[in-house]
Amino acid sequence: MATDRLALRTPAATAPSGTVSGGGASPTTERPLVKWTLIAIAAIFLAGTLLLPLITVFLQAFAKGPGVFWATVADPDGAAAIELTLLVAVIAVPANLVFGVCAAWAIAKFDFRGKAFLITLIDLPFSVSPVVSGMIYVILFGSSSFLAPLLQSVGLQITFAVPGIVLATIFVTFPFVARELIPLMQDQGSGDEEAAISLGASGWQAFWHVTLPNIRWGLLYGVLLCNARAMGEFGAVSVISGHIRGVTNTMPLHIEILYDSYNFAGAFAMASLLALLALVTLVLKTFLEFRFGDELAATRRH
Amino acid sequence: MIPGFGVTFGLSVTYLTLIVLIPLGGLALSSASLGAGEFWRLASDPRTIDALWTSFGSSFIAACVNVVFGLIVAWVLVRYEFPGRRLLDAAVDLPFALPTAVAGISLSALYAPKGWIGEPLSHLGIKVAYTPAGIVVALIFIGLPFIVRTVQPVLEDFEQEVEEAAATLGANRLQTIIGVILPRLLPAILTGFALAFARAVGEYGSVIFIASNIPYKSEIAPLLIIIRLQEFNQPAAAAVGMVMLIIAFIMLLVINLLQAWSRRRFGGN
Repeated sequence: MATDRLALRTPAATAPSGTVSGGGASPTTERPLVKWTLIAIAAIFLAGTLLLPLITVFLQAFAKGPGVFWATVADPDGAAAIELTLLVAVIAVPANLVFGVCAAWAIAKFDFRGKAFLITLIDLPFSVSPVVSGMIYVILFGSSSFLAPLLQSVGLQITFAVPGIVLATIFVTFPFVARELIPLMQDQGSGDEEAAISLGASGWQAFWHVTLPNIRWGLLYGVLLCNARAMGEFGAVSVISGHIRGVTNTMPLHIEILYDSYNFAGAFAMASLLALLALVTLVLKTFLEFRFGDELAATRRH
Repeated sequence: MIPGFGVTFGLSVTYLTLIVLIPLGGLALSSASLGAGEFWRLASDPRTIDALWTSFGSSFIAACVNVVFGLIVAWVLVRYEFPGRRLLDAAVDLPFALPTAVAGISLSALYAPKGWIGEPLSHLGIKVAYTPAGIVVALIFIGLPFIVRTVQPVLEDFEQEVEEAAATLGANRLQTIIGVILPRLLPAILTGFALAFARAVGEYGSVIFIASNIPYKSEIAPLLIIIRLQEFNQPAAAAVGMVMLIIAFIMLLVINLLQAWSRRRFGGN
């Protein structure tokens, strides 16, 4: 396709230059001055809005020396926040992973009424404000809800406790795996699985040996983004956590507590760990797009 | 044929119902139980209205800024080859990966009166951090990838023959870009705008650190929800949340209509 375009472009480029923009520039490109001005605008804008904040995090984290950094991370409350963040991700990501695979299997391999509606519903959590995402669980399970007496009688605390944090995190990261896998598996069709099953494989074997190898990079891609959001979620978790130091504080919430108590170096130390996670996520994501672009959903190829 | 429909469909719908639909339904129910009069009284409270205005107004400005710069970024990334292009391309997704609280404290450090960007600006008499302008800065950060990532694939698929045709018919480059290319990008631009706007309206983490959070002035709607919940005023929180949810649904509908319209009009994708 690229060669077609090239072949077509040549006659146009040699067309009488008097009819196109002056200066002898090619009619389908901009003049070098315009081109480099645009590149400069884009580069300065991206550097200012994206790279500078990222650099700031790391610089501020070590502004008071590595001692403050280690003190923050090793502090019992800081360590507890890191532990809780990992625990929440370890529950939320696999839960959404299993759901994502199930939903993609049902949607991509079968025809049923209301499929488009189901896909819209799966995407729904992305259009809900994180704060509202947290609040709906406070309303459902909080002390004034109709479920409160029931929860109290079995001794289950959801709001201002770890289960609520996990639920809110699952909600905000709900679509990541599913929305990556659905278009990918729809693209791939079900020919491979049908062949495996006609050769005597069970449905489970077909999934394990045929589908999974086909979708593994897309799956990893979805899990990567899901995990980054699960560990970094702030708004939803903030509403439901109750901010109990050392108990219901995740890393992002701990950043807020440190920042609000004017421990800026500490806040940035904690933040630098999450920024590092974001960097690793971005690098892996870029690598997946670059190396396995064909095995990712069509919307991710670039 | 392929087995597993019952199990996978059943599991997905059950999980969706338990995690998403019942909790969202609970919010709708608790707002409905207030009654229309009470709901309206809470939703039209001056502080609520001002918070909604702050959220929607700053989101609108940020999305407009992002359309301009996002378009330039997408254009540069697709059309030009230059050193560092891949790095810039990868960097565009940073706001998706960087936790909002991290972005929030970092932006407020940068734009504070003594920060790298804040100090030169303060010499010009411009204050960004702890003013409503700070909210816009945070929302620009959050929304940028939405515009770039929706425009980029459309620009990549754009047939350059169309531009050649315009050029041979005597259009200069600027006329071709404004008259031929931009109209074809319009659906993608509008979709990206709607996505960035919707995301910005609900944004909390990155904004609260850089805004001064003064009621009636620089208090965003999500913050007001949290304040109402802390006051144990759940009905008021639910009312604000419900208004935001309704508007989010309208945005979602608009996005879907835009995409359907662009499919009909331009085919493909």
